[in-house]
Amino acid sequence: MTDAAVPGAIPVPEPKAALTTADGKPLKQALRKANAKARRNALLLVLPLFAFLLITYTIPIIQMMTRSVSNPEVASYLPNTAEAIADWDGTDLPSEEVFAAMATDLKNGGRATIGRVAARLNAELAGIRSTMMGAMRSADEFQAPFKEALLADDDDWGDPRLWKLIQRESRTLTPAYYLRALDYEYNEDGDIVRRPDYLRVYTQTFWQTAWMSALITVLTIVLGYPVAHLLATLPASRANLLMILVLLPFWTSLLVRTSAWIVLLQQEGVVNDVLVLLHVVDEDGRIRMIYNRIGTIVAMTHILLPFMILPLYSVMKTIPPSLTRAARSMGATPLRAHLTVYMPLTVPGLAAGVLLVFILAIGYYITPALVGGESGIFISNLIADRMTGSLAQLRLALALATILLVGVLVLYWLFNKLVGVDRLKFG
Amino acid sequence: MARPAYESPLERAWRITYLVICGLIFFFLVAPIIVIIPLSFNATPYFTFTKEMLSLDPSGYSTRWYDNLINSGEWTRSIQNSFFIATISAIIATTLGTLAALGLSRREMPARAAITAFLISPMIVPLIITAAALFAFYARINLSQTYFAIIMSHVVLGAPFVVITVTAALSGFDNQLIRASQSLGANQTTTFFKVILPLLTPGIVAGALFAFITSLDEVVVVLFLAGPKQVPMTVQMFGSLREEISPTILALATILVCLSILLLSFMEMMRRRTEKMRAGG
Repeated sequence: MTDAAVPGAIPVPEPKAALTTADGKPLKQALRKANAKARRNALLLVLPLFAFLLITYTIPIIQMMTRSVSNPEVASYLPNTAEAIADWDGTDLPSEEVFAAMATDLKNGGRATIGRVAARLNAELAGIRSTMMGAMRSADEFQAPFKEALLADDDDWGDPRLWKLIQRESRTLTPAYYLRALDYEYNEDGDIVRRPDYLRVYTQTFWQTAWMSALITVLTIVLGYPVAHLLATLPASRANLLMILVLLPFWTSLLVRTSAWIVLLQQEGVVNDVLVLLHVVDEDGRIRMIYNRIGTIVAMTHILLPFMILPLYSVMKTIPPSLTRAARSMGATPLRAHLTVYMPLTVPGLAAGVLLVFILAIGYYITPALVGGESGIFISNLIADRMTGSLAQLRLALALATILLVGVLVLYWLFNKLVGVDRLKFG
Repeated sequence: MARPAYESPLERAWRITYLVICGLIFFFLVAPIIVIIPLSFNATPYFTFTKEMLSLDPSGYSTRWYDNLINSGEWTRSIQNSFFIATISAIIATTLGTLAALGLSRREMPARAAITAFLISPMIVPLIITAAALFAFYARINLSQTYFAIIMSHVVLGAPFVVITVTAALSGFDNQLIRASQSLGANQTTTFFKVILPLLTPGIVAGALFAFITSLDEVVVVLFLAGPKQVPMTVQMFGSLREEISPTILALATILVCLSILLLSFMEMMRRRTEKMRAGG
């Protein structure tokens, strides 16, 4: 500021000359430069976490998605066959050329590689493994024409279904795991059909997850709304004291709260004891409240309730009480004042609470795993069960997880649109 | 609460009902947590109140489950594992998260909403999905069942909480203080360490505690990533809740409840301190 004008003097701009900084640069350019620098600095501060998440989080998630459609076995372990069979029209049997390619692959492939592809195909069509492993053992003796040679080795090589399967599975991308995740499958002719009723476990669990989450969300509204309202309207000193009763469960470990519900709800537990004491039920009539749906719903409502109360409270606190009073003074009944003036103003908090609780609920794993028994499980529990199984099961788990992820991201996008993630607060 | 004089008997009745309902909901919120505390001193290996306990007979109470917890190598090792993992991952998450929050709160930050959404996404994506993705990822690069994989995963889960709490602390920050400091001759570094950082400390500490607790409490990811050497307390608890339920878990649960009470009081203290500082006290 050394070149500041003399106080009181009005600076007269030179006609037509552009404004410049002290060292003679045009002001506009200098400003642009300074802004670019500030932007760069801001980005540099964000960069470490951004890069960290990209490597240790986004890449694994993308890998998960690609692995859920990957199908490399046939293409990489039977490369000649995969290439030769691509042009086959699917009628009758493939040409000699395809049989020759298969014979070459069987000869070239070791025990481990053929074993792997045979296992992969056997999962789709039983019996294929022994056919392939048998042919692999005698592959060195095969002579042209290979069609006859293979057919002589095992009749199954004459089964068009086998070749159709190989043709289908020679594609490196497969929708098979997604079909399975939605309870569809390929039948023996290669058509997509629904799985038999008793095997339709995934869609049913997806629905169960959705409706139980919805029910839990409704319960948290019913329990959370009055409490949030009370906290928002009480004088600050008393509200702070009661707030502790909401924050204590919020801060308490999930496992601690789940074990508390096991203690309370089990047949020899505290709730049943009290019911027996009060003669509501007799000693033999103790109610089963856990290891079923009731257990999951009660425990999860308890665990997620603070996530409804806190956003509701933060919105309700900003509503001036004078608004309801004004409505009353104009003749509205208390109920009407509440319904038409107060309630609409709480909608943003309610939306935040609903989406938060619902998003958290549909991904829950631990609580349903511990108190859900057979009937109270969520889709997460199936994902977890499949994750440690065979490679095919792992890919199925990844497909299920991807479907769940897409659902959650849609909700998250909605949440961001309605509420804004930057308005999320804790405590 | 002072009530208006025009309150009708019906309104009065409703207000009392309303207070009773709220009382019951508060009871629902807190009772399950409180009830495990006396049960952890049960002399019998059951999860229920015995006659001796109800009549306050000292023979009904015992600290055997606490002894069990302290003297069992498995439990102490898993508690040590948990604290080790939580400390390291909270330190990394706090550093990365605070830097990111400082960047996000700059006025010049481009694409702020999109970047915030990305940085916070691990908090929204269901844990089982994160667990599935990380399990497959670390298994592929042969790093599953290592402390490294677990700590990195916990940084991913803890950092969003730091970003949120520090951003919230920054949003109440009065930028005039920076100008005041600079007009008094402080350079940028001095301003940061003497003016900005002290005012942000409550936010950063809260974020660090969140990251620490997130890691300490986390079950799903470690369930798949931890090998027999790294088993943390939560996995140990999950296992024993599934197999043989023993009151030892209640002893640990009681300790954890005390820990959360401590934490809660600490957070409340920090909040009051910030309020005082903001008010210029």
